Amino acid sequence: MVMEYIPGIPILRPYIDLDNQGFWDAVKQHKLVFQKCKDCGLFVHRPRPMCPRCLSTAKEWVPSEGKGKVYCWVNFVYANAAYPGIKVPYPVVVVELTEGVRMISNVHGVSQEEIYIGMPVEVVYDDVADDLTLPKFKKQEV
Amino acid sequence: MSIQYNKEHPLPTPPMIWENMGFWEGTKEHRLVFQRCKECGTWVHPPRPACPKCRSFEKEWAPSGGKGTVYSWATYSESPHPAFVAPYSVVLVEMDEGVRLISNLIDTKPEGISIGMPVEVVFDDIADDLTLPKFRKVG
Amino acid sequence: MNNISNKAAIVGIGFSGFSKDSGKTELHMICECIKAALDDAGLVPPDIDGIVKHSDDATDEHSVTSSRGMGNLTYFGENRWNGAPCAMVLRAAIGVTTAAANYVVIYRAVNEASKRRMRGSSRNMAQLDTGDLLQWTYHAPFGLVSEAGRVAMIVRRYMHEYSINSDQFGWVTTVCREHGAKNPDGIFYGKPITMKDYLESRIIVDPIRELDCHEETDGAIALIITTAEKAEKLKQKPVYIRGATQSQVAGTEERKGFYRPAISDLPEMKHMGERLFAMAGVNPRDIKVAQLDDSFAPLVPMQLEELGFCDRGEGTAFCDGGNRIRVGGELPLNTSGGCLGEGHIYGVNHVLEAVRQIRGTSSAQVSDADLVLVASGAGGSTSGLILGGSR
Repeated sequence: MVMEYIPGIPILRPYIDLDNQGFWDAVKQHKLVFQKCKDCGLFVHRPRPMCPRCLSTAKEWVPSEGKGKVYCWVNFVYANAAYPGIKVPYPVVVVELTEGVRMISNVHGVSQEEIYIGMPVEVVYDDVADDLTLPKFKKQEV
Repeated sequence: MSIQYNKEHPLPTPPMIWENMGFWEGTKEHRLVFQRCKECGTWVHPPRPACPKCRSFEKEWAPSGGKGTVYSWATYSESPHPAFVAPYSVVLVEMDEGVRLISNLIDTKPEGISIGMPVEVVFDDIADDLTLPKFRKVG
Repeated sequence: MNNISNKAAIVGIGFSGFSKDSGKTELHMICECIKAALDDAGLVPPDIDGIVKHSDDATDEHSVTSSRGMGNLTYFGENRWNGAPCAMVLRAAIGVTTAAANYVVIYRAVNEASKRRMRGSSRNMAQLDTGDLLQWTYHAPFGLVSEAGRVAMIVRRYMHEYSINSDQFGWVTTVCREHGAKNPDGIFYGKPITMKDYLESRIIVDPIRELDCHEETDGAIALIITTAEKAEKLKQKPVYIRGATQSQVAGTEERKGFYRPAISDLPEMKHMGERLFAMAGVNPRDIKVAQLDDSFAPLVPMQLEELGFCDRGEGTAFCDGGNRIRVGGELPLNTSGGCLGEGHIYGVNHVLEAVRQIRGTSSAQVSDADLVLVASGAGGSTSGLILGGSR
């Protein structure tokens, strides 16, 4: 129950720019970081130039605990409505991290029958290509 | 001096759609045709759904005499696209029928081009399935 | 005439420094510009309830609002092509005068020089506009694939019909660079050129030289527009929108209208100018400064003719020697340097400079600049503004 990428079809890659580079650099080193406002302390994801609360441009990359809960999820079943490079069925989850931010990801080692809203999860790293790592989530060990 | 193509890069080729098909099918058979309004007789290029003068949708592909004059031209000294080898000139030809079209001249150097210069059509089979109408100096 | 004339004003301006490499994302630049424009106007982010952007701008209004802590939007949309800058101001003015929104921000952000862009530039020489059938079908196979080439075709015919030597266009660039050399925010600050430099610059597409062409630039601009009544309660002297219009006429194409009766004139510019002057209730002699589309230098004399500043065929003579078009002359042009001398923010910098002139804060200030004309989109769909210090 690990996501299966189909050889020969390119994996869609993130568009990395100066605003989000820190996030993707950390992931490559198997670390999860989020943008945090240096002035008001707000955690922000996706990364952006300014704090949406206090409009400060002073920001830093702060390590995440890597733990959270499934906030919502869907399951891609029908191939024509899914990305052809990934074998269906594959679930996509919205995870709410303990820092308060949410991110889109996939689950590892969890079947679609096991997923539920509120399920505790923790980050794992999927080296999907030589130069690309994606942060994914597995069921939290109790 | 004709335009030189870099064979390693695909040439931007025209998409065939219903409205322009007759023009490109004509050039493939070495015939230059333009859209002509069946109601008022206005020659139209580029092709479009209705006559810009009388708004009629009734139209036909009518043969051109293939003769015209250079209306304007520009010479690329650096190539803007890998398919074309600079320097090359692009001409805007005004046909005797009154329509204008963008093309290239064969066997004429940029120094030899002038506005008003009489030209006539020739056909350049640049690929199995594509013939471009080009022009040469008359007289 | 029942129109928006004198009912809306530009009340805030914000801009990045223009450069060859911003070192920032387009979104970052635009967030800073909007902050600066709000501070300039004396407004706060939740005041903004409208956004007008350019269709080629990769930064969409969602990213901007979520980065900027703005309020709820009630009005948003975008404009297209080179003729967009003044049209964006018009759209904002329509929004505030109809109460669709209270305060509308317009923006443009381009990392064109550094290529640090999400979307490729529409002017990228090798990249063709796949959505454009005319361009693909009847022009590209013959090698007519760049903006410079299409403009060259128009300019050749203009030279032919009025017996103009291409050297004469050099005065436009020389004066723009002279003005740009005084502008500390521009990319050519302290770098004027001489006519000799122009004449020695290489040919790009004969008859267009390198120094006829705008300079690719990284930079961003934001402007805030509200009603005249609200403007009068804010921090800055209001810059009133006396006239604003767009124009397209039969045969208009985006710099490829080779099929209309004459190609050496700019009928959209003429149509736009007539409507603009009627709307503002002024005539060309009243205009103190003009910011014209100088993305390619030869388009400037053509605009002078079409807008009624001189007779047909007299545009290059008007520019000869530069005295009539530099600060101190009868119609100073592109006082920030424009696209040739300040940076190529697709003409939004021309609107910005018009505001600075009326406020009296330009680096090449014209005295009593109480009426300024801005034109965008020469050679295609146009838009224009007449801005005033009073209404």
